[in-house]
Amino acid sequence: MTKKILTYIDHFQGSVQPSSWEALGAAASITADLGGETASLVLGDEVEPLAEEAVQYGADQVFLVEDSQLADFRPEMLAAALRQVAEQYQPDLILMPTTTRTRVLAGMAAVDLNTGVLVDVVELDWEGGELTAVRPIYAGKLLATAACTANPTIITLRGRAFEKPDQDPARSGEVVRVEYQPDEDAPITEVLEIKGKETGVSLADAAVIVSGGRGVANNPHVEPPADLSEEEAEVWKAQKGFEMLAELAEVLNAAVGASRAAVDADYIPYSHQVGQTGKVVSPDLYIACGISGAIQHLAGMRTSKVIVAINKDPDAPIFNLARFGVVGDMFEIVPPLTESLREKLAG
Amino acid sequence: MKIIVCVKQVPDTAATMAVDDGAISWGDASLIINPWDEFAVEAALDLKSTHGGEVIALSLGSEEETEAIKHALAMGADDAVLLSDPDLQAADNLTASRVLAAAVEKIGDADLVLFGQQSVDSETGLLPGQVARLLGWPALTLVSRFEAVDPDADTVQVERVMEEGNQVVKSPLPVVVSVTKDYGEPRYPSFMGIRKASQAQYPIWGLDDLGLETSGPVVSWPEVKEPPEKEVITELIEGETPEEQAQKLAAKLREEKVL
Repeated sequence: MTKKILTYIDHFQGSVQPSSWEALGAAASITADLGGETASLVLGDEVEPLAEEAVQYGADQVFLVEDSQLADFRPEMLAAALRQVAEQYQPDLILMPTTTRTRVLAGMAAVDLNTGVLVDVVELDWEGGELTAVRPIYAGKLLATAACTANPTIITLRGRAFEKPDQDPARSGEVVRVEYQPDEDAPITEVLEIKGKETGVSLADAAVIVSGGRGVANNPHVEPPADLSEEEAEVWKAQKGFEMLAELAEVLNAAVGASRAAVDADYIPYSHQVGQTGKVVSPDLYIACGISGAIQHLAGMRTSKVIVAINKDPDAPIFNLARFGVVGDMFEIVPPLTESLREKLAG
Repeated sequence: MKIIVCVKQVPDTAATMAVDDGAISWGDASLIINPWDEFAVEAALDLKSTHGGEVIALSLGSEEETEAIKHALAMGADDAVLLSDPDLQAADNLTASRVLAAAVEKIGDADLVLFGQQSVDSETGLLPGQVARLLGWPALTLVSRFEAVDPDADTVQVERVMEEGNQVVKSPLPVVVSVTKDYGEPRYPSFMGIRKASQAQYPIWGLDDLGLETSGPVVSWPEVKEPPEKEVITELIEGETPEEQAQKLAAKLREEKVL
């Protein structure tokens, strides 16, 4: 049975969440096997370049809804536009990347289209033409197979679980402009400001993650300013420790992660937490520094391709998952590691 | 203000999860309130102490699933409602959100419905958006801070977390909000609170009470399994000095082609 697929291009003020393109890769594998066609959906204000890009990543057709009311992330309005296009195109399947925005948008779309959502999917199967999806639950401690009988099935894909297609500037496709029709009586929110823009690589998209645990505060060679309280001194030392890890991360174009213990001790903001009550990640390389490996943390990073553990305690559970282990003091190992990799990657 | 906070019971996050005869098992680990919901309860109690009003804990589960409600009451929630019906055992997200939305309407006059960012078991994070859509209210998800709440003007201003930075949003009330861990440490239940919660009486509503019928789930979970064991042979990097260990490790990482 051929499939009509609609992929949602998630972006922030025109800058695309990279996993949006992975959804086009997943769509291409499905239509290659079952036949069918793929359209993409771009919502926003002055976002036409993204429609062109979607074609280059594999969309046969792109629905472009441009309106100043869609400039900011206001899910109520985006959901209305999504419903408009879904009713026009009648897809069997709507694929989205899993992001902070699509979790709420997919939920609203499911209500509007009276259907189900399969979230954070890492694998799709369509044996016999019926689509099932595999997704981790309990932070990856278990894997569930899920199926949805309603049409269109909405699926959000975990970042880095599907191959990003090659961008082909020579590809051509049709851009269909749709005029936005806002819902009447819809509550209207107002975006006043965007602040605290994080710099650096985000955990979800990172191919490499350098992570620190409580051990980052234990550097015996740094001396905190004398006027700090004991607690402040500990946080100060921990921040120095994370600066050291950030330097390694910079050399590797990596994101900085942290254990829950480090976050709860206020060493680093929550957005860096890896694990069951933080982010579940699956990079090519995960370097765990001073992390012993609580079960909640291991669940959140166990599918990383190569895990490196640097820890003083040879019995730390993290070593059970590690491809490479270094028993030693992270404050003595990490700086020369950073220098050595800097030279190697430059050369 | 009338604040409803939705809470769920889950296995302790320290539990080793297994699949036993097709069913999910967490051994003898205890059941707890979904850790993310504690931040929502904390926010609800803070809002109440600033603006007055009441906090009602709302939970969906079997009649035995009382841990989440008890914890919310022990933290300081004024009242609770449990939604329970044998026909809801295989409920999917859409059904669950219809039941919760109907309960919010039956409770009536709520200014805010709060959720944790997601549950640590099924981890969908879909309910806040779905319940908001069903009620026709805005959804402010992943809120780290309430900047201003004006019950007289019926508005709320919050900071919500996105990948690229935080968005400051002003919204009319009533509204559905999901609260992240960034909000701040939840309080521990007091001894008095725990005693009060253990004696608390609260209504249990089924589908009839909510005037709902189930149409059967559209999402099903035909199989759950344990992830394949990862075969890892750990290579310990030895050396005379830390510098030597670091250089050996750097060389190994280059060989492994992950950089």
